[in-house]
Amino acid sequence: MKIAVTATAPDFDAPMDPRFGRAACFLVVDDETLAWSVVENTQNFNAPQGAGIQAGKTIVESGCTVLITGNCGPKAFRILTGAGIKIVTGAKGSARQAIEQYAAGELQESDEANVEGHWI
Amino acid sequence: MNPANGEVNAMMITIASGKGGTGKTTVATNLAVAVGEGVTLLDCDVEEPNVHLFLEPESITRTPVTTMVPKVDTELCVQCGECSDLCQFSAITLVAGELYTFPHMCHSCGGCVMACSAGALTEGTRELGELEIGQCKNIELISGRLRVGEAMSPPLINRVKEAAEGRPLVIVDAPPGTSCPVIAAMEGTHYVVLVTEPTPFGLHDLKLAVEAVRVLNIPFGIVINRADAGDDRVVRYAEDEGIEVLLSIPYSRKVAEYYARGRLLVEAMPEMADAFAGMVEKIQKAAQEGRP
Repeated sequence: MKIAVTATAPDFDAPMDPRFGRAACFLVVDDETLAWSVVENTQNFNAPQGAGIQAGKTIVESGCTVLITGNCGPKAFRILTGAGIKIVTGAKGSARQAIEQYAAGELQESDEANVEGHWI
Repeated sequence: MNPANGEVNAMMITIASGKGGTGKTTVATNLAVAVGEGVTLLDCDVEEPNVHLFLEPESITRTPVTTMVPKVDTELCVQCGECSDLCQFSAITLVAGELYTFPHMCHSCGGCVMACSAGALTEGTRELGELEIGQCKNIELISGRLRVGEAMSPPLINRVKEAAEGRPLVIVDAPPGTSCPVIAAMEGTHYVVLVTEPTPFGLHDLKLAVEAVRVLNIPFGIVINRADAGDDRVVRYAEDEGIEVLLSIPYSRKVAEYYARGRLLVEAMPEMADAFAGMVEKIQKAAQEGRP
């Protein structure tokens, strides 16, 4: 199973990024081997709007089935859940620690967006 | 104004400002009253229209205003992604074979409908707000009122301006700032009046507004409100840039008191009535000369 984590730098030990749409980058992690790779999010940094939607599309296309992030708005939530991806919030520390917390069953799956959209 | 069908207003003057609260509505309403008979005043500050508080129009007709958004026929959609690739605003997005639309993010360009070769997209509508047309003595007032929570004001501003097609003299009360709604209010008009105040913020935002008007290549001049309340920095800037100062309005507590009661500046300061009338003449002369 592949898990996506929003990270502040392309490093498994970098702190998690609480933002989803405008996260510095995504780390795609294999939950068994802990092998990880980086998926860029640079195209969204200066997007006038729709960063959450495009980031959601990126995660869907990465083949991940779980996303660990800080906050997820309504439009990204619609895209992600539409593709059957579980959204998990509440993790603390680095991307590695977030994966560990998820594996230990310490994190809850979100059943709705936890923040408001930026454009209605 | 719609040049496409040949109907052009004889004269359309936009009252704008970089900074908010400088006195756009004060200038727009008092200018309209100075002209009187035959003038049409447009409240294009559709997010917070306030001209009606000063002119109190009667026999108002209200019309809902909508904007185009794509309507999807999922039976016909072949998930080709042409629309999704085209849309720069993510208002229509194909993700893993599923087409999502976000109508509030749509800028109504119509590109997705044109790009759809499967015929799955047609033009739908979404309500933005309403158009109010009323009469205040000899002044016609047309206002736009954006629906609460709505973010897309330029299409409504354009509809307010279209509603004044063919009128001989139109004064536009623009929203503050220099972003899309302001550009929508200024675009295609014959002259822009930038209202400012002699403060650091006033000058800073005036400079931004001047840059915007110069890009649009519209002749413009400035009005300095509360002219004696600050310093001479705006006057010096205008001199350096060769910008005409159309009018200076002195600072007056009485004007503020009248304003707070929804009354006009010319009621508090009758001696300003001639100055507003003279301003119209200056504008007409400058607009005819096409002086930027």
